Amino acid sequence: MTSIDTGGKPPQNNPQSPALSTEPRWKRQPFANHWRSHAEDFDACKIGMWLFLTTEVLLFAGIFVAYAVFRMWYPEAFANGSHHLDVHWGALNTVILLISSFTVAASIRNAQLNQQGLLKINLSITLFCALLFMIIKFTFEYAPKWAEGKRPGVWFSYPFAADPNEHIWWSLYYSATGIHALHVLIGAAVLFVILLKSFKGWYGPKHYTGIEVAGLYWHLVDVIWIFLFPLLYLIH
Amino acid sequence: MSTIDTHNAGQHAHHEGSYLTPHGGALATIWNWATTIDHKKIGVMYLFAIMFMFFLGGVAALGVRAELWEPTRVVTQVVEGETVTSYTGQVLVNLAPIVPGVESEGGVSAGMNIYNRAFSLHGIIMTFMVIVPSVPASLGNFFLPLMLGAKDVAFPRLNLMSWYIYVFGSIFAVAAVVMGGVDTGWTFYTPYSTMTDADHLRVVFVILAAFILGFSSILTGLNFIVTVHKLRAPGMGWFDMPLFVWAMYATAIIQVLATPVIGITLLLLIFERVFHVGIFDPRMGGDPVLYQHFFWFYSHPVVYVMIIPAFGIINEIIPVHARKKLFGYRAMAFATLGIAAVSFLVWGHHMFTASGELAAMIFSALTFLVAIPTAIKVFNWVATLYKGSIAFNTPMLYALSFLFMFTIGGLTGLPLATLATDLHLHDSYFVVAHFHYVMMGGTIIAFVGGIHHWWPKMFGKLYNERWAIFGCVLVFIGFNLTFFTQFILGTRGMPRRYASYPDEFQFLHQLSTIGSWILGIGFVVHLGVFVHSLVAGRKAPENPWGGLSLEWETESPPIEHNFHHEPIVKHGPYDFDTVQPPHTDPAEFPMPEPLRAGERTH
Repeated sequence: MTSIDTGGKPPQNNPQSPALSTEPRWKRQPFANHWRSHAEDFDACKIGMWLFLTTEVLLFAGIFVAYAVFRMWYPEAFANGSHHLDVHWGALNTVILLISSFTVAASIRNAQLNQQGLLKINLSITLFCALLFMIIKFTFEYAPKWAEGKRPGVWFSYPFAADPNEHIWWSLYYSATGIHALHVLIGAAVLFVILLKSFKGWYGPKHYTGIEVAGLYWHLVDVIWIFLFPLLYLIH
Repeated sequence: MSTIDTHNAGQHAHHEGSYLTPHGGALATIWNWATTIDHKKIGVMYLFAIMFMFFLGGVAALGVRAELWEPTRVVTQVVEGETVTSYTGQVLVNLAPIVPGVESEGGVSAGMNIYNRAFSLHGIIMTFMVIVPSVPASLGNFFLPLMLGAKDVAFPRLNLMSWYIYVFGSIFAVAAVVMGGVDTGWTFYTPYSTMTDADHLRVVFVILAAFILGFSSILTGLNFIVTVHKLRAPGMGWFDMPLFVWAMYATAIIQVLATPVIGITLLLLIFERVFHVGIFDPRMGGDPVLYQHFFWFYSHPVVYVMIIPAFGIINEIIPVHARKKLFGYRAMAFATLGIAAVSFLVWGHHMFTASGELAAMIFSALTFLVAIPTAIKVFNWVATLYKGSIAFNTPMLYALSFLFMFTIGGLTGLPLATLATDLHLHDSYFVVAHFHYVMMGGTIIAFVGGIHHWWPKMFGKLYNERWAIFGCVLVFIGFNLTFFTQFILGTRGMPRRYASYPDEFQFLHQLSTIGSWILGIGFVVHLGVFVHSLVAGRKAPENPWGGLSLEWETESPPIEHNFHHEPIVKHGPYDFDTVQPPHTDPAEFPMPEPLRAGERTH
């Protein structure tokens, strides 16, 4: 750590009056005055996001533990329930999320290389993938199952259930995928804001903190699905 | 930015005023505080919000103790051929006209219903809205950046957001109270929390409140971890940090790792209650014990979120007011981290009677591990006091009270960790007394001590020492009278959470209730001292106690950006044997005499 006595004033390299400049936004974006440089600000944001991702993993850990416990209790119910899921839709959604993860990673690189056009295209593809994921989830997965009575808890009314505890499977299925879908929506909302800001030239080689941390979050949403998909669709 | 400067002119080149300097008129000042991203203002706002919630929780506790003044007796009489049931000895039943939905039903009278709500309210408010955020959110927010020599926490806007989340969550809880309260207990055990009072939303409100408050806790913890990693002043290595900062760091780690688990638990609980998904409902193949595992996997670590900050405060108070280098700095730092690590492995000891024998034995053994780092801390504090120049002022008296009561609280944890004795003591008043000795005798006592220790720095005003000591003595006597009697009641078989009891317990219950009044008066005295200090207190010097950590180098109250120049750390926070404290008169805070040949400090 350097010991710069700044006399209570921000260091000179911190641009303080963005309104007066005509340069692109990312060039004149100041860092908060409790930091000594852009690099420190950026590092801190990244550590913060990683810590937040830790909390997200632990949030889903609760779901995974519940899954493990009930799977141990009612292996039959879980095997039956799993057969009702369509692995094709699940696989398609997995591919969609993987593509979106690639495009979001590419958009960070675009920002670093100042490829403003590609940056917007990649972000838009990511958002489109998120939309596609949600459409598939609701129209081809939730809606038909709900209509057939494959519902959680007391709502369960599927007449051909082979195991008396199948509603527990559906409770966990809807809880896990529902909370994941909520995360997809939050991630998409964040990326949408990033996309709007990218039109105003917020991101470039010197300043891509927002897009970097939003990208990290999006990868997490992807990783959670990578765990949910085999647990719910593939293990019988 | 204001440049008004009326004190100590000439000592420094002043560029800016205190953070408390008003900005324009009253409305502008309020707007300035409501939108501030200054960690000091946010800390002060947290402090007042927490004090308000402490008042609400305290009133509920006084209500609980008032109800227990007399046992509730059911009197059945036959009047004109009809059996009439009436109750005697009820106090809280007088509130029935103003509390909605507490009709007597199924052998439970309205008074008992209100009693259940009072203790639930007390537990929920004191845990989620007072003790968990207490030290980190208020004193931590204010002093963590100051002690690190930083201008602010890493994410100032996130910090303000977490305050608003805290207030938002608390509003949900208070709304539930105003609408009539809940009787689930603070742990929201199923099936109480999923089946009782199905006709209203109050339980959902309170669970939501705890869920929302969890976010506030996570964001504060996340902010602190990054702050400690990235914003230490030049020259401050990890082992040059004050131990209060270590405590905040360990606390923050637990907050970040444990709180998400309660988040998902409470979310599933809301699903269970509102949508009846059956995960925790045994009638539908669910498992209520799973809820208990989930709950305690968070709530046990969170016990250390409550107590570790208290350790941090004591670590500051004792060396400063004993004018002595802290004994065993590294041992303290590692003990803090050790407690944080062990905290994740002992949740099962809350469920000894609900889990298998082998699991109970393992959890019992692990629980004893907690005693090791805590004992290291207590020994180190006592060793620090040894041959110190002890000032018996309010912070020090609180620190000594802490040592006394926390030791009792810690040692009475051991019989509860022992399976054989726990079978007799679990869910008794012994447990109630034990955790009050740790949570209140530990955390709240250290918190109040810490407020006194840092009050001159926070508000730039001295408080009246004599009245504060009087309040401290009242709190000490009141606390011990209230809760030591409960140890005896517990060993004699008084179960917790009952409005009634056999007649032979009445004397001890009445002692305990009288103690609660003394305790209440003690806190009122402190409130008076604080208000008097703010209104008419003498101006505080920069360093009234002769402290060495960085917060004493700036002014009282600190300027808006904390320091005029970025401090460069050249000495440790506890080097009282070699360093003259900043802004102090050597006559008032003399250095220790040099040791003669062959003499050793310890």
